[in-house]
Amino acid sequence: MDGIHDLGGMAGFGAIDVEADEPTFHEGWESKAFRLNIAAIGLLGAYNADEYRHAIERMAPAHYLQSSYYDRVLTAVATLLVEKGVLSLADLERRAKGKLRLALPARDNAADGIVPPDAPRFAVGDWVRVRDIHPHGHTRVPRYVRGRRGVVVHVAPLFSFPDASAHGLPVRKESTYHVEFAATELWPDDERRGESVIVDLWQTYLEEGE
Amino acid sequence: MTRDDKFAAPADRAAAVADALIDAGRLTEEDLDGVQALEESLDWRNGTKVVARAWTDPEYRQRLFSDGTAACAELGFEGPQGEYIVALEDTPELKNVIVCTQCSCTAWPVLGLPPDWYKSPEYRARVVREPRRVLGEMGLDLPAEVKVRVWDTTAETRFIVIPRRPAGTEDWSESRLAEIVTRESMIGVALVELPKA
Repeated sequence: MDGIHDLGGMAGFGAIDVEADEPTFHEGWESKAFRLNIAAIGLLGAYNADEYRHAIERMAPAHYLQSSYYDRVLTAVATLLVEKGVLSLADLERRAKGKLRLALPARDNAADGIVPPDAPRFAVGDWVRVRDIHPHGHTRVPRYVRGRRGVVVHVAPLFSFPDASAHGLPVRKESTYHVEFAATELWPDDERRGESVIVDLWQTYLEEGE
Repeated sequence: MTRDDKFAAPADRAAAVADALIDAGRLTEEDLDGVQALEESLDWRNGTKVVARAWTDPEYRQRLFSDGTAACAELGFEGPQGEYIVALEDTPELKNVIVCTQCSCTAWPVLGLPPDWYKSPEYRARVVREPRRVLGEMGLDLPAEVKVRVWDTTAETRFIVIPRRPAGTEDWSESRLAEIVTRESMIGVALVELPKA
């Protein structure tokens, strides 16, 4: 989905604030949110990591930007456990003594209609172009590379296609490719030389780039 | 926009979810405590040992760049979010920088859970579009002739930058070298520098 999470290249953001000797967690509930998510995925098997990422992406844009990282984790955990019927929202709100703002419901994903590739198609040195797709469901192809041409610099192993697994569809594995895009290809009106971005892309996102 | 004051605070929401799962018999306190061992193993200082070994052992360095996952596992660093690790080599002509624009993925076994600045919308939005400016603001001014490659962690590969070894450390031990490697240098937004005298 073309959501707020897909931040790469977006303008309007200010300085990056680096905290010296930053601890892993700043407050006790942050660690609890992290542990709940690991336990819900690994021990309960209530959802998978792609469903988790998608739940964060489904937060309304203002909610997403107002929430700290571990607050987003917590929102995804609560949303998925309620959606999966593990917990009830009314019970959580009673226990928390206040309302819970959950992520918005998932929309259908186009991944059902996509035929999985049967073999790796590209090799290092191949030019590829990113398909200009805009699924309503989960996808890991960032907006800023769609329609752009780049060169394969590395072929990674087969991994589960997230557009399918985030929507409860059967796991289908395919190659991912590290594709290098010149900054001038991504932002042609910027006069930047000697800069590139490498994006790790599933085969389904790519077509031949000649 | 809905008013915030009727919403429960994060600490109350986290407690509500944990207590509801425990009361329903789905999880125990011990289950949650069990995650603590994983949490404590996710330490960016692990990565400093990988870097120091790569600086001092040419054969290890070669193995690290041909199979990062196995080379990290050799030192005991493996597990979730480290299933496929690729090490990126900085040279005098090339600076590597890591980001995850869509969430905040990192190589947990060697970089630990990421710092807030790495997870911030500011870093995620800007570093792919204007890396030199972002690095400059963070205190790293690169000469124009140094090429910058920004690696966006969009799939399952997890990256670690192997920064350049600073001059003047030729006779240092591996453990002393590891102590000067910073988390920021392994994400790629800083160089490794000698401690100020």
